[in-house]
Amino acid sequence: MTADEQSMRRVTAIRNGTVIDHIPGGMVLQALQIFNVDGRHSNPISLVMNVPSRKLGTKDILKIEDRELTQEELDRLALIAPMASVSIIRNYSVAEKLSIQIGDEMINVAHCIYSNCISNAEREPLPHRLKVLKTSPMTLQCHYCGRIQNLDRLVNNLL
Amino acid sequence: MNSLITMNDLTNDDIHRILLDAEKLLPVAKGNFHLPLLKGKILGNLFFEPSTRTRMSFETAMKRLGGDVINLGAVASSSVVKGETLHDTIRMVDGYSDIIALRHPRQGAAQYASDCAKVPIANAGDGAGHHPTQTMLDLFTIKQAHGKIEKLNVVLVGDLRFGRTVHSLSYALVRFGCKLTLVSPESLRLPEEIVNELKEQGGELTITEDLKPQLKDADVVYMTRIQKERFPDDDEYFRVAGIYKLVANDLASVKKDMIVMHPLPRVDEINPDVDSTRHAAYFEQAFNGVVTRMALLCDMLNVPIPENIGGGN
Repeated sequence: MTADEQSMRRVTAIRNGTVIDHIPGGMVLQALQIFNVDGRHSNPISLVMNVPSRKLGTKDILKIEDRELTQEELDRLALIAPMASVSIIRNYSVAEKLSIQIGDEMINVAHCIYSNCISNAEREPLPHRLKVLKTSPMTLQCHYCGRIQNLDRLVNNLL
Repeated sequence: MNSLITMNDLTNDDIHRILLDAEKLLPVAKGNFHLPLLKGKILGNLFFEPSTRTRMSFETAMKRLGGDVINLGAVASSSVVKGETLHDTIRMVDGYSDIIALRHPRQGAAQYASDCAKVPIANAGDGAGHHPTQTMLDLFTIKQAHGKIEKLNVVLVGDLRFGRTVHSLSYALVRFGCKLTLVSPESLRLPEEIVNELKEQGGELTITEDLKPQLKDADVVYMTRIQKERFPDDDEYFRVAGIYKLVANDLASVKKDMIVMHPLPRVDEINPDVDSTRHAAYFEQAFNGVVTRMALLCDMLNVPIPENIGGGN
């Protein structure tokens, strides 16, 4: 059994739902935030944190039961886990394998880290837009103020 | 070109062309020749922050070309105090005018407005962000003095951290191969992200706190005011206020054609005795705001400028 398989079995297999593997170690709570899962009003959820990974050093795994995440929801994950691999599970089997698609822009995923940016003004209705300049390392720029975003700070600004 | 948000909206060729257009329009800007190229056009002047030169020169530029101007007026007496968003203000003025000049305290406001509007937006300053029309008039002033804007030694002095004027200008100067000497107290240095970007673009930069030794080799000395309004507290401001003061005696051994520029208003960074030296270019620079903005308004409204104006064949 490989280290990855061992990690996956730290929690029981799910019957139906979504399994997200290869989330960088320690980032799974932000992933939950991205999917608007608050832990009180949600389906059963299993988390695995900081297990060894050949690809990432350490990784997290997230299993959400009875909810199939859409491609649009998954693409928001590009902010913290662009390398994540996603399986849609139906009746204990992998029914679909999905990957994160990183487009040219992230719309309404997070708001600019600079408080004086116009996009942070109250009640302004246009969407929050972050341009993807590079994917490795992930480099994002606010469409409005043009400033490069610090990703550690940006994950605190998830919408 | 439609909107002018940052200097990245202009290619080097665009810049050269607009500077030539501005030169052609000089007799019109001085009022020696009447040329109503923008008759029937309306400029919406939206200044959410105080401005004298930029607002008035946009207004003069439009009127010299036969166009008209509507003003937001004081923010305190507009719908903004009732809580109107920038989005809604822009959508409204968009219907009243053919082009909008916008100054706003928040960075990114001009891009935001451009996304809301159908008419072109001229960024007249967005927070500590960009001020491209000021850059164009600065380049025009440099070209008038040196006959070119390429490969000059430019010394930028004062508040390089919050001063949007120097941010836009430094990007443009690096594009034209100018060597920049950045003189400021440590707390007011050009933001690191801008320094890195300028270096990536091949910029040759020297960073120092010492002004006087830089004067001898300079082609342009660009002074700026330390902006009290951008400091979070007075103590921090008074620690650096008045740190650089240029007096006429400092100019004794500078290059003959060196010019001293300043976006104005000045406080005490240029002594009035410099005004009467051959190097003082700041009042001419302020006038150049009119002629450069005339050229920009025509360009943004796709109105061609005739070859021979006033005195041509």
